[in-house]
Amino acid sequence: MSTINIIKDKARELGTTQADALQPIRSAALASFDKLGVPAVKHEEWKYTRISQLFNQSYKIGTDTVDSKLNWELFRLPEFETANELVFINGVYNAAASTVRSAGLVVLPLEEAAKGEYASIVSKHLGHSAEYLKDGINALNTSFLVGGVFIGVNRSTEIEHPVYIYTINDGRAENVFAQPRTLVHVAANAGVMFVETYGSIGHADHFTNQVMEVVVEQDARIEYYKIQNDHAGASLVSTTHFRQVGKSYVHAVTISLNGAMVRNNLNMVMEAEYCESNMYGLYFTSDSCHVDNHTIVDNAKPHCLSNEYYKGILDGASTGVFNGKIFVRQDAQKINAFQSNKNILLSDTASVYTKPQLEIFADDVKCSHGCTIGRLDEEGLFYLRSRGITEATAKSLLLHSFAVDILEQVKPDAIRVYIDQLISERLGSYYGNAYPI
Amino acid sequence: MLQIKDLQAGIEGKEILKGINLTIQPGEVHAIMGPNGSGKSTLASVLAGRSDYEVTGGSVEFLGKDLLDLSPEARAGEGLFLAFQYPVEIPGLSTINFMKTAVNEVRKYRGQEALDAAEFLKLMKEKMNLVNIDKNLLTRSLNEGFSGGEKKRNEVFQMAMLEPRLAILDETDSGLDIDAIRIAAAGVNAVRSKENATLVITHYQRLLDYIVPDFVHVLYNGRIVKSGGKELALELEETGYSFLKNEMNIA
Repeated sequence: MSTINIIKDKARELGTTQADALQPIRSAALASFDKLGVPAVKHEEWKYTRISQLFNQSYKIGTDTVDSKLNWELFRLPEFETANELVFINGVYNAAASTVRSAGLVVLPLEEAAKGEYASIVSKHLGHSAEYLKDGINALNTSFLVGGVFIGVNRSTEIEHPVYIYTINDGRAENVFAQPRTLVHVAANAGVMFVETYGSIGHADHFTNQVMEVVVEQDARIEYYKIQNDHAGASLVSTTHFRQVGKSYVHAVTISLNGAMVRNNLNMVMEAEYCESNMYGLYFTSDSCHVDNHTIVDNAKPHCLSNEYYKGILDGASTGVFNGKIFVRQDAQKINAFQSNKNILLSDTASVYTKPQLEIFADDVKCSHGCTIGRLDEEGLFYLRSRGITEATAKSLLLHSFAVDILEQVKPDAIRVYIDQLISERLGSYYGNAYPI
Repeated sequence: MLQIKDLQAGIEGKEILKGINLTIQPGEVHAIMGPNGSGKSTLASVLAGRSDYEVTGGSVEFLGKDLLDLSPEARAGEGLFLAFQYPVEIPGLSTINFMKTAVNEVRKYRGQEALDAAEFLKLMKEKMNLVNIDKNLLTRSLNEGFSGGEKKRNEVFQMAMLEPRLAILDETDSGLDIDAIRIAAAGVNAVRSKENATLVITHYQRLLDYIVPDFVHVLYNGRIVKSGGKELALELEETGYSFLKNEMNIA
């Protein structure tokens, strides 16, 4: 039986074993997946990312039981001692491993949140990303809606400590297919920061198909950092769907340093006036790593501001894809939308596909976009070498300086230093020369 | 210190230097002047090791070593410094970090211990005062958004930091007003000594009012066609380069 059919069978089986409030949503999503299927490369949005190939191998389906003694602590982020830590193993939220310490931060299994105090929020927002964009991959995640979490930030609460999300797969014995699911609700006038990282125990291949929906209410603020540095057999589709339902602030930075096939879908749906959203990304890839950033900024109302800046360094036979869609609806006058994507190709076999896509229906707006693809600056390299800096170190310095303005968008010092170290280590090992800080 | 013998070089198959001969001793200041296109900047680039240029003949000996055999970074390690005509802007790299790396790599090349943070700051402060440069400039991204004068002053600061045996100033005066020239020249003079030498490449005489040369050479069409003392520069200022064309045509 094909992998797809095994997965579908498993999803159908959930319908008989899980009789919770989410079952109708799962069933509908399965029907949708049946219809849509896995996106093929003829699908414009998936032209360069051959996701179907990930279904050519067999997987252990993530909702099966997990090893409770799994050493996920390996992946802990700096200053975890004071952070809130949410752990997903094989796509399933693991409450025992997780710690919630901040008052005003609510973390509940989605099944539970769907019937209690937060029921109306869940029913209103869960699945919005699928309504917004019909996509087989999203439907597939929803058809397995088990072990997801609801994260709520209470009204007028500033969550002092960051929320770290660890998405870990146990690939010691066999390939894993994991589908974590999260719904985040940041209530009016609240503020919160998330840092998410991904890791593998063992070396088997895995495929994580993640959907995260984030609702940001009036005067709320959210920072969201993603760090993707998994092994070369780790594939990921990470859909993060922001819905700014009130005037609010979103700051998102996506750092992709390794993986097999990584696809980030980052959507900013600005449904209120005076929203601000910042989207930054850095991808630094080598070997056969494939990183695809698809972003959407949807301006539905006037006076919004969005900044988007992605940078890529591509080496080996790696591939980068950037697709930045900006919609400006008819009512969205006086908005400002900026977009830029810059790439450096370090080898003849690396490639990058970049595409800005602006659809503007309002007539009094300011939008700009631009993209560049180039090589490492020869003139800069000679300048540094003429000062006595060896070629290897000069290359490291230049690449690091290229990445700096994205790194600077990582506001918490400890996390920025952590990411900087990952990059510097890469630059060092890569050129066989320690990067001097 | 520097011995250039019959140096021939070009770019993309086009011959630019057609046999340069020049000897520089420690403590000397030489000026190379010449009209546009005579090969002045090519000479500077070839000496610093820019890879676009191809050396087709001749030799360059620097402190007893075959200079042309060395990488650009090794040339710097040996004590050669080129102040760029167009210093490169590098966003995201501060001059301080750049210089810290450069100073320590050069020290490593010379078999000296790396400076720690405190020692480096001390050295930097000393040189900042010497060449009269503001610290704010050094914490900013290298040359990014700098004025012409600030860029050239930064070049002189880098020179002071690296303490070269031979400094080549490639059109350091280009694009500068007279005050900026004076400041840059003062920096250059501040780091001059009996042990090191300076090669000033310029189109105009005015820089030489501030950095007074011992020898002036006129470069024309890839060759040094005339050499003399500092008065030669003044003579050129009077007559311009047009006399060269006449002389050369007669020859």
